[in-house]
Amino acid sequence: MKRMSSNGAVAALMLCSLTIAACSGKKPPVARPMPPPPGAAAGASSTRPPAPPEPVAEPTIVPPEPIRDERINAASLIDLNTNSPLKPAYFDLDSSELSSEAQRALNENSTLLKQYANWTVTIEGHCDERGTAEYNLALGERRAVAARAYLVSLGISADRLRTVSYGKEFPFDPGHDDAAYAKNRRAHFVITAK
Amino acid sequence: MKRILPVTVALAVTIVTTTAQQPSPTPAQQPNEISTTISSDAGGGAPRFAVPDFIALSKDAETVDAAQTIGRVLWEDLNFEREFALIPKDVVATIPAATSLTDVPFDRWREINADGVIVGTVLKTELGVRVDVRLFNVRSRVAAFSREYSGSVANRRLYAHTIADEIHQQQRALRGVARTKLTFNSDRDGEQMPGMVQSRGVKEIYIADYDGENQRRVTTQRSLNINSTWSPDARSIAYTSYRRGAPAIFVSNIYQGTLDEPTKGAAGQAFLPAWSPDGTRIAFTTTRDGNSEIYVTNRDGSGVRRVTNSPAIDSTPTWSPTGTQIAFTSDRTGTPQIYVVGADGLGLRQITHEPYADRPTWSPAPYNEIAYTSRTGPGNDIKVMELATGQVRQLTFGEGTNESPSFSANGRHIAFMSTRSGKSQIFTISKDGKDLRQITRLGNNFQPDWSK
Repeated sequence: MKRMSSNGAVAALMLCSLTIAACSGKKPPVARPMPPPPGAAAGASSTRPPAPPEPVAEPTIVPPEPIRDERINAASLIDLNTNSPLKPAYFDLDSSELSSEAQRALNENSTLLKQYANWTVTIEGHCDERGTAEYNLALGERRAVAARAYLVSLGISADRLRTVSYGKEFPFDPGHDDAAYAKNRRAHFVITAK
Repeated sequence: MKRILPVTVALAVTIVTTTAQQPSPTPAQQPNEISTTISSDAGGGAPRFAVPDFIALSKDAETVDAAQTIGRVLWEDLNFEREFALIPKDVVATIPAATSLTDVPFDRWREINADGVIVGTVLKTELGVRVDVRLFNVRSRVAAFSREYSGSVANRRLYAHTIADEIHQQQRALRGVARTKLTFNSDRDGEQMPGMVQSRGVKEIYIADYDGENQRRVTTQRSLNINSTWSPDARSIAYTSYRRGAPAIFVSNIYQGTLDEPTKGAAGQAFLPAWSPDGTRIAFTTTRDGNSEIYVTNRDGSGVRRVTNSPAIDSTPTWSPTGTQIAFTSDRTGTPQIYVVGADGLGLRQITHEPYADRPTWSPAPYNEIAYTSRTGPGNDIKVMELATGQVRQLTFGEGTNESPSFSANGRHIAFMSTRSGKSQIFTISKDGKDLRQITRLGNNFQPDWSK
């Protein structure tokens, strides 16, 4: 947090206003990260999420010391969300069912959410433009809820996962073809506190 | 400014402004008229009316412009309902203009087979203008309609709208829509949602006259504001806003400049408000139970009541004209379809069996119809179902995509969103599918609602 830019701080404040309960909670655990080496952010080496920790045989009360990515630790919320380590879950037309591909993305997200146990997340439900504006508000919510329910089934606390539906109001790809539509049908993750 | 508001025109005064209330046209002592209905000379068919520009009795530029504007807007307003056959303007222009209400060239109007001629004068006064109007029966040369109005010259179009509505009422017992308004949401301001990583444009609530004039912004919060809908008295607009993060219902009282939040403090998200016909209650969609259900609340947020109960999506309510039933969308069969249920939650029935149907909007009485959006191909089209017979007629046919129908107060027109001109824009169309008009042109515009 100490490296958060002023921009990031403003954004975090705004986001906090959406998630007051979450922000008033614990401070991030002290992992004492080394400051990233100069130019690390520009390193093309990895935009991928870190490797998941070794699976443990039994859930333990005290989790193993998580393996943390220094860049993720140091990043502001804005930077984190700009190049988010949390993957969107994509959906078929008119559907809120989680495909195996969507489940894989959510599995990876759950690993990260366990590693960064102080993150709170808003899951946004989005739809393509073929459905109506009205029905899409409810469909987007059902997509977000489907993603949340799956994460909860993997052990993520529901308190950390808010949902909001944007229907077809905020397409990620403004195009009018199948490729654009496929990108726009998603549960999208925004980290709101860390 | 002194305002006299006799009963006859009090209802006409719905000039919307959040800053300054404009003076309204105020009739003086009304002249005598012999109230008759002008019919077509040929017998049957719409009577032929001429509407020349009004006569400017004062020669200043403002009065001259007002006279011209009132005549032209009146022509458009009367033409909109198609109750009269309006003689084309270029034909009207061949008849020498009168200089007062007493030198109307009736013989010349007879030559072009006019049944009626509307003659009006505009006089500059201390307070603004005085507008004097007559509808003459060309054969008898008797005034069938006579009115005087006085007030500000600022919104000169409102004189024409008032005259058109009163002529429709007197001659055809028809409630005209010339003074009704539209609300919709628009991204035209190009502002961005604050606090978001992606570039996401705001949508703000707008209002406009029924013909698209006087477009004004209502919300200013730089947020996502959608689903706007007029209260039955056209003094408030309910809408969905994301300004607090989660979507919630807001009510903007546009004349008082106050804001109510009937869903304040409630869990979950709330969308798609719909006013009961008496304006005391609002039906809406909420996820407070974990999935989308229809609820009804009093407009102050009290008396919250659940109407639907299904694990499927129940959304997009609209009230029957009597307020005893609610139509809504549900995907309980697997696809979104339209259902009707009693406002008490009893008597559910499915009324559409289509690939995809949403946004029901119930017509005003005496019609008993539901307009809705139907997926007909890659895009959507507007359809209307007559409830008594179940008969469906289609109003649009794949010109872009077409969504979000809303009936006019007299049930004869429908406003909707279409992408047929490229961007998303508001259009109006007659309920028989004729007379398409584009209302908006700036930015993208969505989800129109027509005041009652």
